[in-house]
Amino acid sequence: SSWWSHVEMGPPDPILGVTEAFKRDTNSKKMNLGVGAYRDDNGKPYVLSCVRKAEAMIASKKMDKEYLPIGGLADFTRASAELALGENSEAFKSGRYVTVQGISGTGSLRIGANFLQRFFKSSRDVYLPKPSWGNHTPIFRDAGLQLQAYRYYDPKTCSLDFSGAMDDIAKIPEKSIILLHACAHNPTGVDPRQEQWKELAAVVKKRNLLVYFDMAYQGFASGDINRDAWAVRHFIEQGINIVLSQSYAKNMGLYGERAGAFTVICSDAEEAKRVESQLKILIRPMYSNPPLNGARIASIILNTPDLRKEWLVEVKGMADRIIGMRTQLVSNLKKEGSSHNWQHITDQIGMFCFTGLKPEQVERLIKEFSIYMTKDGRISMAGVTSGNVGYLAHAIHQVTK
Amino acid sequence: AYRTDEGQPWVLPVVKKVEQLIANDGSLNHEYLPILGLPEFRANASRIALGDDSPAIKENRIGSVQSLGGTGALRIGAEFLRRWYNGNNNTATPVYISSPSWENHNSVFVDAGFKDIRTYHYWDAAKRGLDLQGLLDDMEKAPEFSIFILHACAHNPTGTDPTPDQWKQIAAVMKRRFLFPFFDSAYQGFASGSLDKDAWAVRYFVSEGFELFCAQSFSKNFGLYNERVGNLTVVGKDADNVQRVLSQMEKIVRTTWSNPPSQGARIVATTLTSPQLFAEWKDNVKTMADRVLLMRSELRSRLESLGTPGTWNHITEQIGMFSFTGLNPKQVEYMIKEKHIYLMASGRINMCGLTTKNLDYVAKSIHEAVTKIQ
Repeated sequence: SSWWSHVEMGPPDPILGVTEAFKRDTNSKKMNLGVGAYRDDNGKPYVLSCVRKAEAMIASKKMDKEYLPIGGLADFTRASAELALGENSEAFKSGRYVTVQGISGTGSLRIGANFLQRFFKSSRDVYLPKPSWGNHTPIFRDAGLQLQAYRYYDPKTCSLDFSGAMDDIAKIPEKSIILLHACAHNPTGVDPRQEQWKELAAVVKKRNLLVYFDMAYQGFASGDINRDAWAVRHFIEQGINIVLSQSYAKNMGLYGERAGAFTVICSDAEEAKRVESQLKILIRPMYSNPPLNGARIASIILNTPDLRKEWLVEVKGMADRIIGMRTQLVSNLKKEGSSHNWQHITDQIGMFCFTGLKPEQVERLIKEFSIYMTKDGRISMAGVTSGNVGYLAHAIHQVTK
Repeated sequence: AYRTDEGQPWVLPVVKKVEQLIANDGSLNHEYLPILGLPEFRANASRIALGDDSPAIKENRIGSVQSLGGTGALRIGAEFLRRWYNGNNNTATPVYISSPSWENHNSVFVDAGFKDIRTYHYWDAAKRGLDLQGLLDDMEKAPEFSIFILHACAHNPTGTDPTPDQWKQIAAVMKRRFLFPFFDSAYQGFASGSLDKDAWAVRYFVSEGFELFCAQSFSKNFGLYNERVGNLTVVGKDADNVQRVLSQMEKIVRTTWSNPPSQGARIVATTLTSPQLFAEWKDNVKTMADRVLLMRSELRSRLESLGTPGTWNHITEQIGMFSFTGLNPKQVEYMIKEKHIYLMASGRINMCGLTTKNLDYVAKSIHEAVTKIQ
């Protein structure tokens, strides 16, 4: 008999399941709107030109393959902190931060979660917005923390339940951990406006909460890296010492290279050194030291003026295409004769859109039209192209009229 | 890390070639790998460990998880064992680590949640070799179902491996006492120069019907240190069990790094799936192993010629990157302070640090340390 007889079959990943079913479908009009990866207007993966140039530079330099330090590539982590905080940030210039390289967004989140579990003794509770990225919950749980929620998305309006969020946050026990999506909220695409962020910062400060920002879409949301980092920077300026996880999967298209970073804003540089030493102690028994390739590509792009400029143009291009598809989807829905209010599609931002479609409607889209999305009605706008937006609008109209 | 005879890092020629192929392949992109990793990498990495003719592969009862280096593979295996081995979430299951061992082994299992981490006898300082009796005694006394971390070859830090006969004795006790073998294989090919020879112990355990884990690293044998290429090979009783195990490992991976980095896995997969590149790789590996073996024999012969007190056959009997010289802490201090030769307080030296240029100096320094300091 086996040691593993009692091991249960793990449930299939809900998002992967969408892609699996999509692959099996033989309908030529099929659309995969579950995919969390950017596609160009031909529905193809897009390797950024600045990435190709950085890769060519790397290839020509013939570097060795020696281990990185546990905390990662220094040029990368410094540039990553500067990108998030802004070059004029007092926190950045004073050096009162530590940034370690992480395995893209997930790995960075997990390092942070483990760090908080070990060193943030005030609370075991992490407050997530309702809803949040599906993987947040198991990440924090596996790190040994508990999950709570605050109101965020209003399904009636398909937009932010700001008063609900403020009410709930005002009641969070002091010194709990609150997670905020810096921009392009996943899965809803609903972000607070700047005035709302100001109020959120005030209440969070009043409740003395530890703020954990997840920024997976800087630049990818609005097309402007500074605008997308506004909330993060505002909170820090208000004296809130946040922790932050960043991903370069989407904004540099480095998905499989796993480039990311975890940052702790500290009281001073000396504290930052101590925090760094503890982060390394956490990382070493996880995977020893991080993979170089993605971080080096990102570092070259961020630190080479010409490539950085090119990157800003390309990331804006991706954001613009998504914004364009949102606009086209809404106008196509109108053309189909839909009487529903689809404004939320253009109000929302980033890769994902919470359509407001009900499970039965989603079911019909999958079965009758071969349009694949997750049951919660979330679609990835990245999967929409000028070639299929008409079909999508038609199908949505059919199931909602 | 390996060093050439010039004391430099060495990017394997086959790796340079394959990187060029990858760079020139315009069809490749940077999309996410599946959670468990690149399929061609996983299957071939496990095949390297278990052998082409492995009964476990033929019977379709193996699984693989691409991991971030050997460390990542160990961690995923440890996390899984803590959740699912010997009951559910049984943090009390004893985990046995050799004395001494790679220092990170302890941290991996502690951070995975195990509460009872013990050592098993391994290094006999007096005879400068394996304390087999101590090891077997520890296994006899270990609670049933205990987990044992075994170094597949080139034990780190002692360089001392059990002989095939000794492995057979170890396996017999483990089978009888229901102990779980978790192999750490960081040096396959790099130790003896032969992939098959270095995998003998793992394959023997498989042939004896064990269910086991094997954490593989491609850091040293491919020189891909900073790309973090590793693989956790799972051998189970049958396909159904392995499938369920993998589905749970997938959940663990998802909250640790979501999916693994693609660059290193692509390099290894491309190499292992091309007969020509595979042959070239084996040749590159042998080059590294042979240089280390040469340094061992050269150091030993110099020490014996100098008449350095003590016996020095352990230098050539030990295998892999490291050697437990037998120098005591005071002698080590002398080496560092007076001779500027850096080694660990344990007397462990990295054989890769030896070159034809420094052999004489190192031998003379050891001779001085041993004769001047007791």
